Amino acid sequence: MKVLVCISNVPDTTTKVKFVDESKLDTNGIQWVINPWDELALTRALEMKEDASNGIEAVTVAHVGLAAAEPTIRKALAIGADNAIRVNVDPKDAYEVASQLAQVVKAENFEIVLCGIESADHNGSTVGGMLAEFLECPSVTCVSSLKMEGGKSVITREIDGGKEIVSVPTPFVAVVQKGIAKEPRIAAMRGIMAARTKPIKVAEPQAVASLTEVKKYEMPKPRAACKFVDAENAGELIALLQNEAKVL
Amino acid sequence: MSVLVYTENWDGKFKKLSFELVSYASKVAEMVGGEAVALSIGNVENAELEKLAQYGAKKIITVDPATQAFDEQAYTKVIAEVAQKLGAKVVVLANNNKGKALAPRLSVRLKAALGAGVSKLPVSTSPFVVYKKVYSGKAFSDIELKSDVKILTLAQNSFDITTNPQAVVIEKMDVAAGDIKTEVKNVEKQTGKILLTDAEIVVSGGRGMKSPDNWGPLEELANLLGAATACSRPVSDEGWRPHGEHTGQTGKIIAPNLYFAIGISGATQHIAGISSTKYIVAVNSDKDAPIFEAAQYGIIGDAMKVLPKLVDAVKEMKSK
Ligand SMILES: Cc1cc2nc3c(=O)[nH]c(=O)nc-3n(C[C@H](O)[C@H](O)[C@H](O)COP(=O)(O)OP(=O)(O)OC[C@H]3O[C@@H](n4cnc5c(N)ncnc54)[C@H](O)[C@@H]3O)c2cc1C
Ligand SMILES: Nc1ncnc2c1ncn2[C@@H]1O[C@H](COP(=O)(O)O)[C@@H](O)[C@H]1O
Repeated sequence: MKVLVCISNVPDTTTKVKFVDESKLDTNGIQWVINPWDELALTRALEMKEDASNGIEAVTVAHVGLAAAEPTIRKALAIGADNAIRVNVDPKDAYEVASQLAQVVKAENFEIVLCGIESADHNGSTVGGMLAEFLECPSVTCVSSLKMEGGKSVITREIDGGKEIVSVPTPFVAVVQKGIAKEPRIAAMRGIMAARTKPIKVAEPQAVASLTEVKKYEMPKPRAACKFVDAENAGELIALLQNEAKVL
Repeated sequence: MSVLVYTENWDGKFKKLSFELVSYASKVAEMVGGEAVALSIGNVENAELEKLAQYGAKKIITVDPATQAFDEQAYTKVIAEVAQKLGAKVVVLANNNKGKALAPRLSVRLKAALGAGVSKLPVSTSPFVVYKKVYSGKAFSDIELKSDVKILTLAQNSFDITTNPQAVVIEKMDVAAGDIKTEVKNVEKQTGKILLTDAEIVVSGGRGMKSPDNWGPLEELANLLGAATACSRPVSDEGWRPHGEHTGQTGKIIAPNLYFAIGISGATQHIAGISSTKYIVAVNSDKDAPIFEAAQYGIIGDAMKVLPKLVDAVKEMKSK
């Protein structure tokens, strides 16, 4: 069985974003990382591979993007992925990303594909579902636990106000969120050394027309300054919420 | 020209979110010069379906594909077929767990651009431009949806319900679901509590609450206000509170009208989960805590001293 983890390369979550001409992210000083969800997905994939009874031969990571993302891909290899595929194109939107990833999955016959619930840049929650539809295979979204038992998937899916345990046949796409792994695995020195020689295959993109286009970026409007109430008169706050904000 | 809105049901019932969606879809329909049509899948009684007409749905389509399991592929097929039969130009879903599963699949199936997690009406309809948050709420963007058919997912609690009563027209449509590949083995539902994602008021505690034993007054405040309780990530990581309460970038993303952040420092990853909240109230002993930059109201003080005072004040308000 072969597992693919799709990784998105995003600014570190503490980054203060800025834009050039409202149209482009100012990448100056940005530290790029593996999207946090994808890091957890990779961790889970590696845990599953370590249990030999799951019969997972390899965990591959795939990224759709330009060579500038290679440090992030190397990091995934250092954490423990066996190999990587990069589709060499600067994708215009999630539809294009998913369509490129679909080619990768078809070419290499991955049976389990993991995506994160949302990438920290465009906050789409879209690539995983799109990929599954391109592949015409089942998807399970909002996944907080994934196991294989006797070759069958056992998946916990969060639903509004609860959870379900479901099973789908392979190949499938699981879109993962909180719970999928406890902590992201950290690259050890040995992993970092090994990553240097692990292969990153560069795949040429298919021609895909994007469906969306970013017209401009805007910063949020500054919020009004905080109004302070004295701790001794905390009750005043309730009055303000009732009469001024009108939310009680 | 129609705007199709998928209204999910919870054990045969709709909730506020459903009415937000229909209100939104009928406003979008006005903008594109068409009408809002609601789609309900599964078994919902007519009396319940009729409610959707109150918020502007000109027609309510029901499909019963005889599947108990939520199979993402099968539901996508059903919604896509209904959209195609109607020649819908826009399809609206909630940006909740089910919407996040279905909207991207529909986007590919209908070759329709997706505007995910919008909180406002489109900026314009020709070209069709939507406004949405990016970089976890640190910025926003205008995005053009270039395809003929468009899909929008609406952020929960972001659009006001507006009544706009229509004559009730209910139509049963036969659409096959195809193969159901999802087998549901077990369902666990939380009962009796207000869901964090549905709540209009949320009372949330951070590490400044000091110990899992200190949550009594916070829960009391929440109960009095009919609020849901939440927490920061370290609090759920430590096992002080259940994981389902964790809000933020890696937890639940919510948009209540009012959010109490008690003993929460206000790290960017926490703010990412609450940035669309209308009013944030912060209680923190450190006057320089970053949470005060995000909050509209603040109290500098010890949570354990302030919470009982807030409880008393709410009791007094309620007694009036
Ligand atoms: C990739 C990534 C993702 C993350 N995702 C999330 C997320 O989704 N959600 C999240 O919450 N965090 C997340 N974090 C963690 C985040 O960075 C912060 O560490 C966390 O939010 C801090 O939680 P806290 O405010 O409860 O605790 P602290 O930062 O320890 O703050 C405690 C606050 O309580 C105040 N305080 C102390 N004593 C009292 C008292 N007696 N009365 C009143 N106030 C008091 C202090 O002044 C302080 O401001 C993430 C981090 C990373 C790296
Ligand atoms: N450029 C990309 N290359 C590979 N995978 C991606 C890329 N962008 C997004 N993904 C995957 O899709 C998930 C959801 O991203 P999004 O739909 O953009 O919010 C991420 O967590 C990744 O698993």
